[in-house]
Amino acid sequence: MMSIKAIDLDYTYGPGTAFEHHVLKHVNFEIQDGEFVGLIGHTGSGKSTLIQHLNGLIKADSGDILYHGTSIYSEGYKLRELRGRVGLVFQYPEHQLFEADVFSDVCFGPKNLGCSEEETKKRARHALSLVGMDESFYGRSPFELSGGQKRRVAIAGVLAMRPEMMILDEPTAGLDPRGRDEILNQIERLNRQHGLTILLVSHSMEDVARYVDRIMVMNHGEKVFDGPPKEVFLHYRELESMGLAAPQITYVVQGLRERGIPIDDSITTVEEARDAILSLLCTSKPHRD
Amino acid sequence: MNIIKAVNLVYDYIKRDEEDRIEEVKRAIDHVDLEIEKGSFVAVLGHNGSGKSTLAKHLNGILLPTEGTIWVSGLDTSDEEALWEVRKTAGMVFQNPDNQIIGNVVEEDVGFGPENIGVPTEEIWRRVDESLEKVGMAMYRKRSPNRLSGGQKQRVAIAGVMAMKPQCIVLDEPTAMLDPNGRKEVIRTVHDLNRAEGITVILITHYMEEVIGADRVIVMEGGSVVMDGTPREIFSSVERLKEWRLDVPQVTELAFELKKKGVALPDGILTREELIEALVPLLEHGMKGMNDVNKSN
Repeated sequence: MMSIKAIDLDYTYGPGTAFEHHVLKHVNFEIQDGEFVGLIGHTGSGKSTLIQHLNGLIKADSGDILYHGTSIYSEGYKLRELRGRVGLVFQYPEHQLFEADVFSDVCFGPKNLGCSEEETKKRARHALSLVGMDESFYGRSPFELSGGQKRRVAIAGVLAMRPEMMILDEPTAGLDPRGRDEILNQIERLNRQHGLTILLVSHSMEDVARYVDRIMVMNHGEKVFDGPPKEVFLHYRELESMGLAAPQITYVVQGLRERGIPIDDSITTVEEARDAILSLLCTSKPHRD
Repeated sequence: MNIIKAVNLVYDYIKRDEEDRIEEVKRAIDHVDLEIEKGSFVAVLGHNGSGKSTLAKHLNGILLPTEGTIWVSGLDTSDEEALWEVRKTAGMVFQNPDNQIIGNVVEEDVGFGPENIGVPTEEIWRRVDESLEKVGMAMYRKRSPNRLSGGQKQRVAIAGVMAMKPQCIVLDEPTAMLDPNGRKEVIRTVHDLNRAEGITVILITHYMEEVIGADRVIVMEGGSVVMDGTPREIFSSVERLKEWRLDVPQVTELAFELKKKGVALPDGILTREELIEALVPLLEHGMKGMNDVNKSN
């Protein structure tokens, strides 16, 4: 089943001005329902522009976006409804918290979509429970919360719109390691248990390697790689030339291979490397009981 | 010689109601004693809310201690007369480059600090030239800061601090908003300044990889210093770090995981070269490596 499809998207920022910049160059991809996709690329590679196309905040100069088979540029298409179905969590979303308490803030989205008061409250409660915020937080001011908690409230605000797909632009920037793991585990749970389609923009190759099924790499407005992390990170030298990198573990594995150790070159996580090294140590021992 | 010395440092955030009555007191720094050697590169780790940013803001008098004293290059930051001198001695760079750049042109931005303290014009330009040179941004001097990448903007911010001729730079998560390349640029720049200019660097970060090159690592938790040592010493205690809600570099974590399974590796492996060097002989003579393990079991 198909969820969202970008066909030949092309976009130029500020055409005819001194700031003219060809941001997206004929970008094509398809994201299926329930997929967990990572989007990487250095600053200015076009990834932020791309995600703003996906819920109609920016309109492409040419090309098309099909959502469940229907062009979002077709006449009479309800973009407002699309924005409820494709939720976008911007960078530093906690800067957009503005209500006096956590619960009201999360209610804002569904209320705005025209939900009844009862439905709004139901959705807000559900969304807050999905991000692990219990009732003791409902009456608190968003400003009293920690960075990680604020961000979870902001994500709940998008979840309360009941999106089918969620796009998150660097949701872990500025969080400490534990806060980062909490947010990513919650996003993973939304994907695995609730079937939410996820597009995660990240600068952390380690996070991407650990969580996503598939990676798309943007460079100078073009999609240059698209595949499972294991395949994409094999191109680590090309990624480096684009200002990116592979996870640190990939480099350890490559270093071992250069020294003649026959370890699988598609390893990207600590757990995989540990298991592969242990099994190499065991197989090279003639009689192990 | 110490450039920074804190004795019994305490800081309370005090929340007051409308009638100015104290509503809540939150202790952010709890009796910290600390000395930082001139010319050293010190990394500060700690989860959000551990007190590290509050500590950093004491190093150039943005915050003044509730109790105790902090001296920067021998000057008591609580002494109002000394405040300008303290700020000139210890410059700060913050997380968001867009909040610290004010000039329309790179060179104007860098010259803002010295101009503000009345440095003669000729001397300002000399300092601008020098500072931009030191952070590798000289060729961008006529550019608009808005058109620079995040890493370049942070280097301009660092040049702005350097133009004040500080002895010490305090960076509060300077790479949190940057992509991997920008992060490398900024970290390389501060290491260069530390090595070539002898500038004392205090780097607050969440990225464990950025800590590896430091002379010393301080871990904060609940307003106190809970660990203090070389990167190798600190990263040898993987489990303690995890207790403090911190992480270790992936290379260190892999070494730790392998050791847990009985592989004979040294403690505190920090770089991938070290790990590869240690692993290759074990993998080449797998039998020997595992025999040692069986003995220790």
